[in-house]
Amino acid sequence: MEGNKKSKVVIIGGGIVGCAIAWELAKYQLDVTLVEKQPDLAMETTKANSAILHAGFAARPGTLKARYNVRGLALYRQWEAALGLEIEYVGSLVVARQAAEKEKLAELLAWGEANGVPDLELLDREAVLALEPALSPEIAGALWAPGAAVIWPFGAALAFAENAVANGARVMTDCEVRSIAIAAGRVAGVETSRGFLPADVVVNAAGVWADDISRMAGDDSFTITPRKGEYVLFDRAASGKVRHIIFPIPTAVSKGILISTTVHGNMFIGPNAQPAAGKDDTATTEAGMAEVIAGAQKLMPDLPLGKAIVEFAGLRAGSDRGDFIIGNSAAVDGLVQAAGIESPGLTAAPAIAERIGELLCERWPNLKKRADHIPDNPKTVRFSKLSAAEQAALIEQNPLYGRVICRCELITEGEIIAAINRPCGARTVDGVKRRAGTGLGRCQGGFCGPRVVLILARELGVPVTAIVKDAAGSSLFMDKLPGHCEVLKP
Amino acid sequence: MRRQNCDVAVIGGGPAGLAAAVSARRHGAQKVLLLERDRELGGILQQCIHNGFGLQRYDEELTGPGYASRAARALEAAGGVEVQLDTMVVGLTPDKVLRTVSPAAGLQEVQAKAVVLAMGCRERTRGAIRIPGERPAGIYTAGAAQRMVNMEGYLPGKEIVIVGSGDIGLIMARRMTLEGAQVKAVLEIMPYSNGLTRNLVQCLDDFNVPLYLSHTITRIEGKSRVTSVTCMAVDENRCPIPGTEKTFACDCVLLSVGLIPENELSEATGIALDPLTGGPVVDQHRETSVPGFFAAGNVLQVHDLVDWVSAESDIAGRSAALFARQLRPAPEKTLLLQAGSGVRNVVPQRLVCQPGQAEAVRLFIRVAQPARNVRLRCLCQGETCYERRLPIVKPSEMVVVELPSAAYQPASGLLTIAVEEAAP
Repeated sequence: MEGNKKSKVVIIGGGIVGCAIAWELAKYQLDVTLVEKQPDLAMETTKANSAILHAGFAARPGTLKARYNVRGLALYRQWEAALGLEIEYVGSLVVARQAAEKEKLAELLAWGEANGVPDLELLDREAVLALEPALSPEIAGALWAPGAAVIWPFGAALAFAENAVANGARVMTDCEVRSIAIAAGRVAGVETSRGFLPADVVVNAAGVWADDISRMAGDDSFTITPRKGEYVLFDRAASGKVRHIIFPIPTAVSKGILISTTVHGNMFIGPNAQPAAGKDDTATTEAGMAEVIAGAQKLMPDLPLGKAIVEFAGLRAGSDRGDFIIGNSAAVDGLVQAAGIESPGLTAAPAIAERIGELLCERWPNLKKRADHIPDNPKTVRFSKLSAAEQAALIEQNPLYGRVICRCELITEGEIIAAINRPCGARTVDGVKRRAGTGLGRCQGGFCGPRVVLILARELGVPVTAIVKDAAGSSLFMDKLPGHCEVLKP
Repeated sequence: MRRQNCDVAVIGGGPAGLAAAVSARRHGAQKVLLLERDRELGGILQQCIHNGFGLQRYDEELTGPGYASRAARALEAAGGVEVQLDTMVVGLTPDKVLRTVSPAAGLQEVQAKAVVLAMGCRERTRGAIRIPGERPAGIYTAGAAQRMVNMEGYLPGKEIVIVGSGDIGLIMARRMTLEGAQVKAVLEIMPYSNGLTRNLVQCLDDFNVPLYLSHTITRIEGKSRVTSVTCMAVDENRCPIPGTEKTFACDCVLLSVGLIPENELSEATGIALDPLTGGPVVDQHRETSVPGFFAAGNVLQVHDLVDWVSAESDIAGRSAALFARQLRPAPEKTLLLQAGSGVRNVVPQRLVCQPGQAEAVRLFIRVAQPARNVRLRCLCQGETCYERRLPIVKPSEMVVVELPSAAYQPASGLLTIAVEEAAP
């Protein structure tokens, strides 16, 4: 494996964990390929979660969750400028609603100190209400963690993937793994819907599907049982009510129904924790919505329910082990697991990636870092954030920055084309939405959606009917019948 | 950055903007600038290829593009209007400085003497009506689908359920049927339709499309593309009645659940809005709360007929020209108009009386619910100053009343418009 020929690593799964691993491994002299079965990256668990970088007090000391949470947060801080991540360090509060719950706050404080979380502080009722005046006046106190942050998870996954590609990695979307080839008891490659990919090492970062992937290689040592979490997102007009991440006292199964803000300034509530009907069950339910609303109202009785704009659900990829499963498979040589990733998986992702890098260094002691590694991602142009002089100069250079396509969010055709043409570019309408921000505003894409379809078809050189909304098969428009004439129809 | 001045700047080149620009020229504005964000004039008319437009204004039945071309020809005939297409207004200040952006001219700053707001309206979305279930492809607002079918030549689906019975939804039920699609149902949560009677007859009845009144959509199924829709009957409080579930297999949901005047620019300029119409508060000359800013068409109130949009815009254009020429007399007296019992909203919301001017004023009234044989009254200090009998009223059909000058000229303070059942 050593010498001139680079070792081949295939990463299965283009969520935050797979993308972070690709980013980390692309720092080394390796041949890295990431495969994702969906048309775009970050379309499953990474797309629908609480979008929080946790401080690190909620995981039991000694667990992998605790270790990688704290290290992951530090890595985000270290790399956010180079990668161009959108992170707001708003801080979090775990709120005790009765005096009896304050014991639990003390326990979380102790866990946090054992995990090495800095600046934790117990606050009394008055101090909490001073921070968050809209909270229920009946609360008893809170644990304050100023280091917690909110992040744009899709943006983070994409930034990792783009940097990996800039450093020579390949990202293949619409690429579903069908089987894993084993030769002489070790991994030899991956059979995919886009052909066979030879591999010396396969990293399993397949989220809710990780147990299926592991079984394909012959390792059935764990099971993923997805649990659904439902959310309600509010209009920016209702933001300002909440300035921090507000947790209730955690339960045995989850951190509870919280209230937070996104990096884009939208308040949201959720998640509940319900069994999922399948690994693709992301339907919201009436009962679930009622549960989420009632849960959030316990913390904040006066929720602006009339300002709700979207409801959505995501799946937690929790395993029967109760902790992250990180490391070499005991059953198959060359299979590396990054599985069972539930909260705080988003926070832990870069630390998990770092650990996978260490494992490969142990496997290949001569493995070296690339001398020509590019740490920085190019900046993304956001027309609406530029000064008038910058806007004028940009249109002069490329007139398409003068054509507004998304009028609610003021996003130009130039930005949409850039989102399509950059590495790991958008191929779907929702892909453009996540990269450029089209359709996120008050009209929810009613005006710009069809225009984005036409731009995608033109830029990609495919028929309009081939453009999908999001997932494979989510086609948007059909051809009229050829030769069909409504007047002359018999 | 390009800079220029004009007498009247008109924002929006749909039917409202076109009529306002022509009217402004006719009333002496020297330089009129018409700003349109799409690539051609006419606004939403261009995608309304059905007929039924222009009966009042042109005494002829036209299609949407036909009506738009009439209006555009009038603009050419008037001369002196600079049209900028592909141009979006991104900023507007109370002292009438507009900032625009376009591929051709880049960033531009315009100092106007008067401004006509004619930005139209947008469609309400799924988020506004909270439908549980999956989030597959195949859900469109009716107007967005109409644009794809009529202007771009693509179909949004083959088996359709339409949510809401607004006019665009009804028109699309017929349009999709003509394109060979099957329209399975039109669901309306209210016990009456929100569309014009003529559209109910010509778009649903004539094509055997079933309309389910007092029904609401309760679930959308489908992983990648819509596969079915479930609806339920609702009680008088609009709550679903258990046991009434009906499921329609379909691949497409069209939403026709209302229109919202597009007033983000107006709001940013500090113009007061009427929460009942969603548009600016105006007087009978269509002047808003900020002097020199006028509004007309669907940005002011959602109209049923484009003919009324044009008529209203004639007024706004004239007023803007007179303002730019400093010919508008100061009002002597201001009366407030308010929606009384049985009335949802009234436009204009203010009446100004100017010295030596006494003219009839046209009121646009939306009633709160359908009724037969009603009495429409205009009340001032408890006294009836105007009264009219109407055989039938519906929220979907605007009531248009010419209020004679005598009915408001001597009055003061507050005028209340009420619609109540007439004594038999």
